[in-house]
Amino acid sequence: MSDHGGRPDRSRRPEPPAGSDGPGDVWDRRVAAGLAFLRRRLTGQYEVDEFGFDVELTEHVFQPLLRLLYREWFRAEVFGVDHLPAKGAGLVVANHSGTIALDALVLAAVLRDHHAERRHLRLLGADLVFRLPVLSELARKFGATLACQPDAERLLRAGELVGVFPEGFKGVGKHYTQRYQLQRFGRGGFVAAALRTGAPIIPVAIVGAEEIYPMLADIKPLARLLGLPYFPVTPTFPWLGPLGAVPLPSKWLIEFCPPISTVDLADQADDPVAVLDLAHQVRDTIQQTVRELLRRRPDPFAP
Amino acid sequence: MSDGRAPRTPGTVVVTGVSRQLGARFAASLAADPRVDRVVGVDAVNPPAALADLLDGVDCVRLDMDSVGAVVAEADAVVHLALLTAPDPQRGGRAAMKEQNVIGTMQLLAACQREPRLRKLVVRSSTAAYGASFRDPAVFTEDSDPREVPRGGFARDILDIEGYVRGFRRRRPDVTVTVLRFAPLIGATIDTTLTRYFSQPIVPTVLGRDPRLQFVHVDDALEVLRRAVIEEHDGTYNVAGPGVLLLSQAIRRAGRIPVPVVEPGLSVAIGLAKSLGVGRYGLDQLDLFVHGRVVDITRLVEEFGFTPRSTAAAFDDFLARQDGGVLSADRLAAAEQAILDAIRQVRAVGERS
Repeated sequence: MSDHGGRPDRSRRPEPPAGSDGPGDVWDRRVAAGLAFLRRRLTGQYEVDEFGFDVELTEHVFQPLLRLLYREWFRAEVFGVDHLPAKGAGLVVANHSGTIALDALVLAAVLRDHHAERRHLRLLGADLVFRLPVLSELARKFGATLACQPDAERLLRAGELVGVFPEGFKGVGKHYTQRYQLQRFGRGGFVAAALRTGAPIIPVAIVGAEEIYPMLADIKPLARLLGLPYFPVTPTFPWLGPLGAVPLPSKWLIEFCPPISTVDLADQADDPVAVLDLAHQVRDTIQQTVRELLRRRPDPFAP
Repeated sequence: MSDGRAPRTPGTVVVTGVSRQLGARFAASLAADPRVDRVVGVDAVNPPAALADLLDGVDCVRLDMDSVGAVVAEADAVVHLALLTAPDPQRGGRAAMKEQNVIGTMQLLAACQREPRLRKLVVRSSTAAYGASFRDPAVFTEDSDPREVPRGGFARDILDIEGYVRGFRRRRPDVTVTVLRFAPLIGATIDTTLTRYFSQPIVPTVLGRDPRLQFVHVDDALEVLRRAVIEEHDGTYNVAGPGVLLLSQAIRRAGRIPVPVVEPGLSVAIGLAKSLGVGRYGLDQLDLFVHGRVVDITRLVEEFGFTPRSTAAAFDDFLARQDGGVLSADRLAAAEQAILDAIRQVRAVGERS
C-alpha cells in the first residue's frame, strides 16, 4: 500500500485508551483496523492489477464469505493440494456444474485457503459474465478475466495459477439427470495456452456442485427472451422466489490430480491432433476422479 | 522495430496543431532542442495568447490543411498533433471535429506523400483505436484489432486516421512512420474532457461498471514525441502509464462523489445533450466508462528505452492542482480519528463505572 502525498498515516498512531488492558486492547486494535480499512477504501488507496484484480477486497470481503459457504454450508473436503505448483504458472482445469457457477468461486476460495503459499486462482469466465453489469465488476475485482487466448497466456506468462472450466455453459446448464457426466471440452484452447507457455495442467474433480441447484427443466423461450444460455427450473426456483437462490447444502469433495507437464510440448501448440489428445486426457482424468469421489460419497447430503 | 538506418536528426520539423496545448508545448520544446535547426508550427487558427509566449522560437504559419504543401516541402520531419479528442460546441461541434481529424489528416498525408525530402512522419493516435467490446482481452497489445467498429466519433476518427497512415506507409516505404497510441492525457497543466470530469464535485458513472483506466502524463507524452523525432522508431506504439486505476478508485482519490446511472439512461442523456449543443460527453466517454481500456507498453519501453510514470502517479500530479474534493483524504482521516477517539472515550467511561 503506497502512501500517497506523503501524508502521515494517522491510523497507525498507537493510542490505547487509559485504563483498558487485557482483552480491551484486542477490540481497540480491531476497531482501528476496521476503520483504517474503510478509510483506505473510501480514499482509493489500494492497488488493482491490470486485469482489475483487487487483492484487498478479495481477501477482506469475498474470501471470508466464500469460506463460510464452503466450510459451513457445503462441508467441503479437499484432497491433493500438494499437486499444485508452489510457485510459477499452472493451469487448473475443473469440471463445471450447478446451474449457477458457484463451483468456480468455491474452487478459488478453497485453493487460497489450502495452498501452502496461499495462492490466488485467476478464473477465466464466459463473455456473458463480462456483458452483465455488477457481475462484470465483481468478477474482475475477484481476479477473473475473459476466457480468451490473450488473457490466458498473459496470466500464465506472469506466473499465475489460472482456473478454467472447458465445459462452459454446457457443463453448468445441464439437466440433473446428466449429473457428473462431463460434457464436451470444446476446441481445447486451454491446452494450447498451456503448451505455448509451458505451464503444467492440473486437472481438478469437483463433486457436490451438481446438487446445489438441481436443474429439472430449462424454459428455452424464456432464456432466449432474456438472452441467457438457459432458464433453469429447480425444486426451489422459481417457485420460492428469492429463496430459490439458496443453494441446497450438498456435501462437496474436491480433488486436485497430479500435474501434467507441458514443458517439452511447446512446438505442438498449433497441432490440433496433439491439442485435442491432451484435452481428452485431461477430461478422462477428471471424469475418473469424479467417479471415484462419488463412490466415497454415496449420500449427496451426507454430513 | 527500429531498423538499421542511422539516426539522423531532422533539420526542419513541421508540427501541426500548435494552437492547442500539446502541439504548442511540443513545438516549443523541440525549438529549444539544439539538435533541431528549425521548427515550423502549423494550425488553421492562431494560437491563443496564453500559448503565444511559449511559441517564441517557433515559426508559426496559419493555414488550412489543404494548402499545407508549401510548408511540408521544406520539412525533414512532420509531427501531426492536430487531433481533436472531443467536439467543441463553440467551434462547429462534431462536424468540424471530423473535418479536422479525418479530412485534415488525409490532406496532410497527401502533401507529405509528394515531398521527396520528407524522411519522418510522427502521428498522434489514441488507444481508442482498440474499440470497445465485451469480448476484448483485458490488455491490448499493438497487434490487437478492434472487434467491432466503435460507436464514438473520436474512436471512429482514429480508425480512419490510422487507415490513411497505413496507406501512406505502403506508398512511401522510405519514410520512417511512428504512430503513437496515447492513453488519455493527464497532468496538472492540461485541460481535457476527462480532467474536467474529475473536477466536478459529483461525477456520473455507469451503474454496475467499474472500468479500468490508464492515463499518461502530458510531460511523458512530450518526451515520447521528442524521442520519436530525434531517434528512429518505425512502427506503432502504445503510450500509457504502467498500472491501472479503477474509475471508482480514481473518483475516490479525487475526493468526488460518484452517482451511478443506468447505461440506457446515460445514452439518452448524451443524445439529448448533443441535440441541445451542450454535449461535453459523448459515446467515446460512455464506452470508456463501460469497458475501460488497458494497453501493454512493453514495445515502447524496449524500443524507446523510456517508461512513462505510472497511471497512479500521473493522476496524483493532476490531483495536486485540485481542491481535494468533498471527501478529501484529510477529512476522512480526521473522521476516522474522531470515531476512534469517541469509541475509546465511551469504553474508558464504561470501564470506570
